[in-house]
Amino acid sequence: MPDKTKINLEVNGKQYELIIGKDITASDTLAETLRNNLGLLGTKISCDRGACGACTVIINGEAVLSCTMLTVECDGIRVTTIEGLEDPKTGALDPLQQSFIDHTAFQCGFCTPGIIMTVKALLNENPKPTEDQIKLALSGNFCRCIAHYEVLKAVTAVIEGGNYGK
Amino acid sequence: MANNYRYIGKDTPRKDARNIVTGRAQYVDDVRLPHMLIGRVLRSPLPHANIKTIDVSKAAALPGVHAVLTYKDVTDATWGIPTHMKLLDKKVRFVGDAVALVAADTAQIADEAVELIKVEYEPLQACYNVEEAMQPGQPQLYDQYPENVIPQISKLLQNVIKGDVDQGFAEADEIIEGTGCYECFPNPLPPEPPGVVAYWERPDKLVAYVACQSLGLNKYLAQPFFRMADARFIATQCGGSYGTKNANMTPVGFAAELSKAARRPVKIYYTKEEHFAAYSIRLSCRINARVGIKKDGTVTAVAGDWLVNTGSGSEAAPHEIAVGSGELQLALRCPNWNLRTKVVLTNRAPTGIVRGYGGQELKSSILPIMGMAMEKVGVDPVDFFKKNFVRAGDEYFWRNGKKYVYRGVDFSPAIDNGAAKFGWNEKWKGWGKPTSVDGNKRRGVGVGIHSNADVGEDDSEAWVKLTPDGRALVCVAIAESGQGQRSSLCKMVAEILQLPLEHVNMSFPDTDGNPHEFALVGSRGTFTIGSAVIQAAEDARRQLLEMASRVLKLTPEELDTEDGWVFEIRNPKNRIPWRKATGLTTTLLGKGRFDEDFTLCNFLCQFVEVEVDTATGVVKLLNVLNSAGCGTVISPNYLNGQLHGALGAAGLDTAIFEGGMLDPTTGRMVNCNMIDYKWRPFNDLPHFDNMFMETPIPSHRFHAVGVGEISTSPGPGAVLMAVYNAIGVRIMDYPFTPDKVLEALGKIK
Repeated sequence: MPDKTKINLEVNGKQYELIIGKDITASDTLAETLRNNLGLLGTKISCDRGACGACTVIINGEAVLSCTMLTVECDGIRVTTIEGLEDPKTGALDPLQQSFIDHTAFQCGFCTPGIIMTVKALLNENPKPTEDQIKLALSGNFCRCIAHYEVLKAVTAVIEGGNYGK
Repeated sequence: MANNYRYIGKDTPRKDARNIVTGRAQYVDDVRLPHMLIGRVLRSPLPHANIKTIDVSKAAALPGVHAVLTYKDVTDATWGIPTHMKLLDKKVRFVGDAVALVAADTAQIADEAVELIKVEYEPLQACYNVEEAMQPGQPQLYDQYPENVIPQISKLLQNVIKGDVDQGFAEADEIIEGTGCYECFPNPLPPEPPGVVAYWERPDKLVAYVACQSLGLNKYLAQPFFRMADARFIATQCGGSYGTKNANMTPVGFAAELSKAARRPVKIYYTKEEHFAAYSIRLSCRINARVGIKKDGTVTAVAGDWLVNTGSGSEAAPHEIAVGSGELQLALRCPNWNLRTKVVLTNRAPTGIVRGYGGQELKSSILPIMGMAMEKVGVDPVDFFKKNFVRAGDEYFWRNGKKYVYRGVDFSPAIDNGAAKFGWNEKWKGWGKPTSVDGNKRRGVGVGIHSNADVGEDDSEAWVKLTPDGRALVCVAIAESGQGQRSSLCKMVAEILQLPLEHVNMSFPDTDGNPHEFALVGSRGTFTIGSAVIQAAEDARRQLLEMASRVLKLTPEELDTEDGWVFEIRNPKNRIPWRKATGLTTTLLGKGRFDEDFTLCNFLCQFVEVEVDTATGVVKLLNVLNSAGCGTVISPNYLNGQLHGALGAAGLDTAIFEGGMLDPTTGRMVNCNMIDYKWRPFNDLPHFDNMFMETPIPSHRFHAVGVGEISTSPGPGAVLMAVYNAIGVRIMDYPFTPDKVLEALGKIK
């Protein structure tokens, strides 16, 4: 029988053990745990109801809204957050992050980590998506400043640069 | 436009770009202080009621709760224009109004405590529209405002009265009367909810981390709520504002009072539902107007009543009216005016400071009436806007009621260039006529304009600090809420001092370490703050060259500086690094100041193309083109982003699907969440072009003014025109949802 009092998860390559009732409560969402227990503040909470995409992380390769998962459901999962995109040894940015800088693909930047994680998951699955596929993948990511056009340019540049899908 | 600048006009990465894409940028919810408590607000379930009793004993006794406050415990100071809104009152005026405050160790405990507070209400009759609110016998929201009308403010432009309207109507070839309704109560809805972390550094000094656009404005307007104590306001990275986070006074007051009572830092961070239901929404406007027009499109008279529904409080309604009225005069060169305004309170959430600030609301309601006049005399709207936009030498009243004379450039080339690129002449088939028809799909085009002389509003101060290592620090108390202004100001200083851009940075954004700065509002950053920063950089450069001249035994006029060196102009090899000029222990401080100037304006002309499906009533936005006039563009990449913002922040889409929906039987907003409140997703983007007319504007040495704020403003009126042209029926009540379109087409009742 697995131990029901502990949650083990891997975040950005590091192992964490969280004790239910001590480190976390049964009602904590993964987004809250990432931010409040693990100090990974790059994952943003905006609507907190699964409707805006700000809290998107990658779980076992797929883009997931971390505000819609309870941490107690997360035993054994592998999570990548925005902090996990940089090379842990050199600090080098992911090409997607660099392209967002080069294209100023944000304004206020609050939705940016969620947008980058959504695109990252898409490109991992499909390194050459069409523009419509990119737009569809991002259709749940709310950006109110309207950086959409710059985001599409930044993503397209990465795809065309060919340095993806490694 | 080609220029010889090193940085101005070039695309350069934002200074904060790396922090944003790595998740390191610190937003207000990322502020974590030792012993910090979480504050929560008990909110009213009723739209209008007196609080008869309130019992907090159970909440206060809950372990982990450190403070519970009601109206009996907090300051009774007020804010708003005019000042009338309290932090907590013994009366509630809308569903979501604050009733009590709790600070606890965790959010869960605070939420539990909120539920333990027992309140007994005496319900009062509520009203949501202006006619009802003004009727005799209707319960007053505030004792001091009979018939729920907020009195006009004498120091502001509250009515535009000029020339002789009777004579103007007598001179007109046609007189048109109509009613325009921009009453959709949309929420600008920044992704980051409002938030504040506050603590008392000393009993008489508050420290507040605020998600804001404008530190100075936040501090000074909130000061009554922390009892006029000393304060240091610190800006976090701001996750979107669109005007709204200028109005942080209530959450600042909540955090200040709770942290005083609990003697611990307190974070207030609204839920998205609170953000929707109880925070700054756009003014609601209706205008009944008569306009006189000549056959050639000359406007001879404008008369009308502008009725504003400000909800249960006015953060700034009279001031927004003042700015909107000023802006309308820039777009309509008419000698005869009688435009009167009235601000009415109802039991909706308070309206507040929002991008477009009075002007968007007024133009969206009155320009469609102008459109009826243009149609009557057969004038093309592009020709009309060109003919009637302000020209150098024209006079207008601005927001303070004073008269100003425009000294800027002629923006008609921006209209011509935009029309040419959009293909206006090919697409425009006349009023009420579609561009094309393909079965149920009917296309139509429209155009709107907007302009603001607030580009020169209010005073600014800046310092530029030079250090011996060849770096410059730009000291201005402004936040970064998305415009990129902190990065653009660095470019101006790097240009003047000819430093590598990475050697010019902004100071930490707080009110203690920087000179006075009012606010990053009204597109004023480029002209006003830019002017102060330019002057400070020039002052620092002058001091540097004077010091170097003593070392090099030359006059300052014979010297110049580049990349941290001072050199002789005639013999650049004769040079010294800054540290040799200043010594290692001297800081050079240049100072700059700008005094308010309302004689220049920016310009934006927006063309739209829509497709209306007459079977379903759906309006689809196909194409948007912005043609902006703002002088030299400092940062094309940041400005493009701002202009794309037309589609966000309760802008153009308030004409198509955006709005706050209220259930009139309960007073509750029914779409207080991001599924039921409609917003434009990535897979529904129109084709979008931006273009700039860079004719130099006589503002400062870079000949620029800002234009970002107004991108949301021309869109609603342009869409109204385009929908009318597509279907041949004019709908005067936003937004044009499928039901309204089908009703207009006679397909449903």
